[in-house]
Amino acid sequence: MAVGNCINNRLYKVVSKLFSIHKIRTEAAFKRFLVVIALAMMVIAIAIFITLVIHSIPSFKTLGAGFFWGRTWDPVSDVYGALPFLLGTLLTSFIALIISVPFSYAIAIYLGEYKTKGWLSGLLKNIVELVAAVPSVIYGFWALVVLVPIVRSIETKVGAPPYGVGILSASLILAIMIIPYAASLGRELIRLVPSALKEGAYSLGATRLEVLRHVILPKTRSGLFAGLLLSLGRALGETMAVTMVIGNTSALPNSIFSPANTMASVIANEFTEADRTVYLSALIELGLVLFVVTVVINIIGKLIIKQFSNE
Amino acid sequence: MNSTNRRLNFRLTTSKVFEYVIALFAFIITIPLFAIIFYVLKTGLSKLSWHFITNIPKPVGELGGGIANALLGSLLIVLVAAIIAVPIGILCGVYLSENKNSKLAYWSRLAVDVMQGTPSIVIGIVIYFWIVKPSGSFSALSGSIALAIMMLPIVIRSTEETLKLLPETLKEAGYALGLPYHKVIFRVIIPNGVSGILSGVMLAIARVAGETAPLLFTAFGNPYVNANILRPMQSLPLLIFNYATSPYDEWHDLAWGASLILLIWVLLLNITTKLITRRWKVQS
Repeated sequence: MAVGNCINNRLYKVVSKLFSIHKIRTEAAFKRFLVVIALAMMVIAIAIFITLVIHSIPSFKTLGAGFFWGRTWDPVSDVYGALPFLLGTLLTSFIALIISVPFSYAIAIYLGEYKTKGWLSGLLKNIVELVAAVPSVIYGFWALVVLVPIVRSIETKVGAPPYGVGILSASLILAIMIIPYAASLGRELIRLVPSALKEGAYSLGATRLEVLRHVILPKTRSGLFAGLLLSLGRALGETMAVTMVIGNTSALPNSIFSPANTMASVIANEFTEADRTVYLSALIELGLVLFVVTVVINIIGKLIIKQFSNE
Repeated sequence: MNSTNRRLNFRLTTSKVFEYVIALFAFIITIPLFAIIFYVLKTGLSKLSWHFITNIPKPVGELGGGIANALLGSLLIVLVAAIIAVPIGILCGVYLSENKNSKLAYWSRLAVDVMQGTPSIVIGIVIYFWIVKPSGSFSALSGSIALAIMMLPIVIRSTEETLKLLPETLKEAGYALGLPYHKVIFRVIIPNGVSGILSGVMLAIARVAGETAPLLFTAFGNPYVNANILRPMQSLPLLIFNYATSPYDEWHDLAWGASLILLIWVLLLNITTKLITRRWKVQS
């Protein structure tokens, strides 16, 4: 009996030890697994960059820095100049940004300061989120059928060649698409302004507009700028809606009415047709430029926001 | 006295007028949104029928035809993307919320920001070189991987933000009962943050369901019904892009019908997500 008990006890000890070792091992393995996954994110991000660089090398070698200043893009005769696309991207993005600013800041101020509660502001907030949710290909299709004829009639009135498609159409549809980004960030930052500051100004007899101009805007200036950067990053990388209404011409644009191409749209149109190494590589170099520019803009924007919310 | 009064009145009036101007500008955004929804409804609604969602597109010149290939393709591509991205995204979010201040978390967060900032067309290029070229053909799987990379940042961020709000005492209670770390995570932490995580997942799905650019060089498109994810596959956004830019009216009609279905899909996902977060809000 005593012997049996002893064996039972020892068995129990061995088994429980094995189990707890097993437990600790799975625990350690699980922790290591989490580390591996976090590392994998870094690997993906770095691999994206390296892939783009490697496949851009033929273009670096044959075209050099002249790639960015070349005014002609003519794959048939092996001439690759990216200036028309750089200009197309910059023009559409900045025009879109300028058009969108009054609207996005108005939404930010309205939801962040004037009407922070109530069904009307709830409705507006949801509408802004839906604007961000509509797929870009649907924006493009709508712009092609509805917006382009309107732009064409404007062009006829001002005496420009009535293409309809072109930089102006692309900028208009982009402007609608990027409003939500600056608007929702601006709203949150305006809300963060301490009410003690605002009350101080009110008690000195300031009106609402004066509080807005002299207290809220100075306090949130850097954050609102960060919102602009996020909108800009979105505009630079947007592909489908722009591709559908910009007219896809590789000539240097000479007015805001002329058809053009952006970096993203030329990649979308020509990537699967590119049959020579240099041609393909030139397109990938455009992708590399786009990647670096949008990532830098996004990260600067996020750093500003971080600094702002730490204050 | 009179002039002070006038000055005060002027200040109050400008303040009031400015408020109205701001409200006006703020609500202008509703015009394009409703114009788009109205237009898609107007042109797409007449196309919707059982025939439309169970048939493949007919050649130019023949009436009828549907979008069965694109609908099935979109569902499959997005489903596979979610299967890849959701577990990885949630676990990465767990790591980031559990190790807030580690060096690896800092760099990993930066990497997630880089992924989020990457233009979708660039992801298409990269996946072309990672998957399509080595395997020798366009495939739905490569499209799913491209979409998964776009989903990851959204899932990771929402998981991290949700789990950060959970009280430390929850975890301590788990440890006190002798639960090992992984069980605390899977049985205590994740179930408590499920509504926030779920809403992130659904937002990510809604976001990539409408993506076209990463699929151009990966899933590529296919005029026929195909359920093999190793072969090229059509998807709703690809079909809309190809048919909308074609010169044929019949194809435009198909594209409008597809647009309506895609729009309903994406908006429903967004609205359901809102309802979920409202119902089960994480208490901080």
